[in-house]
Amino acid sequence: MTLRTRILVLLSALAVLAGVATASVLHASARAERRDQAQRGGPRIAAGPVSLTATRRLVFRNMAWGPHRDELTSVPASDPAGPRTASGVKCLRFYAASGTGVCLQAVHGPVQDTYRAVILDASLHVRDHYDVPGIPSRARVSPSGRYAAWTAFVGGDSYAGTNFSTRAAIVDTRTGKLTSSLEAYRIVKDGRTYRSADVNFWGVTFTADDRGFYATMATHGTTYLVRGDLAARTVTTVHTDVECPSLSPDGTRVAYKKRVEGLPKDAPWHLYVLDLRTGHETALAEPRSVDDQVVWRDDRTLVYALPGDYGADLWTLPSDGTGRPRRISTAAVSPAYVG
Amino acid sequence: MYLADSRAGTPESAAPSAESAARPRAGRRLAAVGPTVLALGTVSLITDVSSEMVTAVLPLYVVAGLGLSPLGFGLLDGIYNGFSALVRLAGGHLADRGGGRHKWVAGAGYALSALCKPLLLMARTLTPIGLVLAADRTGKGLRTAPRDALISLSSSPETRGRAFGVHRAMDTAGALLGPFVAFLILRATVDGYDAVFMVSFCVAVLGVLVLVLFVPGGTAARPAPEAGSAAVAARPAPEAGSAAGTAPRPTLRAALALLRRPELRGITLCALLLGLATVSDSFVFLLLQHRLGVPDRWFALLPVGTAASFLLLAVPLGRLADRWGRRRVFLAGHGALLLAYALLLTSWHGSALPFAVLFLHGGFYAATDGVLMAAASDGVPEELRSSGLALVQTGQALARFVCSLAFGAAWTAWGDRTALMAATVALALCALFFMIRSPVRPALAKDGLA
Repeated sequence: MTLRTRILVLLSALAVLAGVATASVLHASARAERRDQAQRGGPRIAAGPVSLTATRRLVFRNMAWGPHRDELTSVPASDPAGPRTASGVKCLRFYAASGTGVCLQAVHGPVQDTYRAVILDASLHVRDHYDVPGIPSRARVSPSGRYAAWTAFVGGDSYAGTNFSTRAAIVDTRTGKLTSSLEAYRIVKDGRTYRSADVNFWGVTFTADDRGFYATMATHGTTYLVRGDLAARTVTTVHTDVECPSLSPDGTRVAYKKRVEGLPKDAPWHLYVLDLRTGHETALAEPRSVDDQVVWRDDRTLVYALPGDYGADLWTLPSDGTGRPRRISTAAVSPAYVG
Repeated sequence: MYLADSRAGTPESAAPSAESAARPRAGRRLAAVGPTVLALGTVSLITDVSSEMVTAVLPLYVVAGLGLSPLGFGLLDGIYNGFSALVRLAGGHLADRGGGRHKWVAGAGYALSALCKPLLLMARTLTPIGLVLAADRTGKGLRTAPRDALISLSSSPETRGRAFGVHRAMDTAGALLGPFVAFLILRATVDGYDAVFMVSFCVAVLGVLVLVLFVPGGTAARPAPEAGSAAVAARPAPEAGSAAGTAPRPTLRAALALLRRPELRGITLCALLLGLATVSDSFVFLLLQHRLGVPDRWFALLPVGTAASFLLLAVPLGRLADRWGRRRVFLAGHGALLLAYALLLTSWHGSALPFAVLFLHGGFYAATDGVLMAAASDGVPEELRSSGLALVQTGQALARFVCSLAFGAAWTAWGDRTALMAATVALALCALFFMIRSPVRPALAKDGLA
């Protein structure tokens, strides 16, 4: 083959490859336009004020296609499938309590996206914001509204690197004091101080007295439920095999996802409730794998997200192991009961 | 073979460049960096754009696109490290069996990685994604040694450091471009991961094509600088093995027997011991963040800093290695790493510190990565070039893996500062050992280790 032929072959291949590449990008960007159109049969959504102190409302990230996609929307708590009021504030993850909201959102930079955690007041105005070091995963606010916490996935920056870690941060919204990683806390495991480079924290849930929290800690392949002390800056292990704990309003139980043996590696979790006084575990009546930090609607009812046609749907289930899961809303994620 | 015939007629002017005109120094009759090296550099640049596109968006794709939890994703990494070492050795050995295979073994590696990109579109759960990534890395393992052998075979011993420097600089440029392209696509679309993977695939195919079309097959492409004549360059590939007369046949045993050669044993031992004291990149970045409080927002940019410094310094340090001695530069590179460790250990927290550490860290790569291959090339006969380079690379990679395990354990037991102190002392001792053991001599054309 002469140089000329080779160059010709290369140029023709280049033309074909460029065509394929362009077509795939155009196809994907056409999808973007489709998603800006509201789907028929989807929930009714109208722009309007969303308040974190309005009585008995459910606020969540709306995932239905249309102009209000990814915005915080609110519905009456008694009619979660009803018409939605869209706030214009976009979040990937969200939670709120007592008029304080935490919203994890993407910031589109020139080269790549970065993430930040925004503290919102009752009318969704930004009070403060903090850098988030990776892809947002969980968000929580303490029942009093004073503390906020979030978890992010960090990793994947080396060639075909597949090691991920998580980082959990806690901020005192009153003083602005940030603990950017719970790894800064002293770990007490089985009564002794424990240190390891491979420790990961995720899924913080706060107690009502603003003095403590529960979270998941993982080290050497085991996950632990830890109880944290905000003043002493310690975490103490209390149970194993607990991920994404969520403390009940009365503070006596923790709902969580548990890695169950025999389930597929990609869908390994079933929902459980742990009684903190007795240590008794109750399996819940949800046969599917749930990857979410559940929310307590009241002391007897749980709400959580499962994958759906438009990203995710919200489901509800009794916390005592009885009943059957019931879908309460489609195209919604990150719910919080307010007011 | 393609370039060989066109080269044969005009050996002297095969690759005229400003370089050869500007530096008419003793015996430099051929261009410093031949077209084969440039072609291989282009292939690596294109391939790195493709693979780094995927690497950059993969975490986002797994978490946001597929809604999966990426924890435990890296569980297979440890096992895979051992496997990839075997693949690398196998790739080196296969390439040496019969002339002209380097290109095709390397090509198979590039093609395998290219095919993995559309497969990612079909993998919707963690296990298949893990398998596709493993296949991707198998391709990388397969191609590395034959590609480096091709670079060394198509450059003269006196300019090998520069040839590897040029290649590594092009490679790194691709790695820097990839994430940028990927995020441009994501910006133009919604959830455009499929578009990213498709474009990455097209780019990877282009890389394979450039290799097939513009990289000559076999050892025949050698400019034969010692002879200064094109006659050797054009010799038929099948005879390449016997041409040297006493040269070992490319069997597995011969490949292992390479370690009996003092030069190669020396450089392998050197790379191995120094590798045992080389803390892995992710730890360096973590240490930077721990000790200097680099804001989270900038954390993802730390590897970019190292890469940029590598890109800037690869060619100058490769040239320096040719003139000043490869072992010297290799050791000096570890000196730069030592300095970086030392900076991390000091209590000085100036704002220039992260830049200084990243500059030194990139300089370490520029002074060691390609330079090691250039140095090792001189200790290995042509017929076993791939196997020999694979041996050195594998030794170094395993040593670094052991070091990262040990460093992780030390970090756990003693904390980051003490662990780094231990690594610093170990690295200094290793470097000192090699400085004393084989006093650095001036560069000789015959002695690449000098």
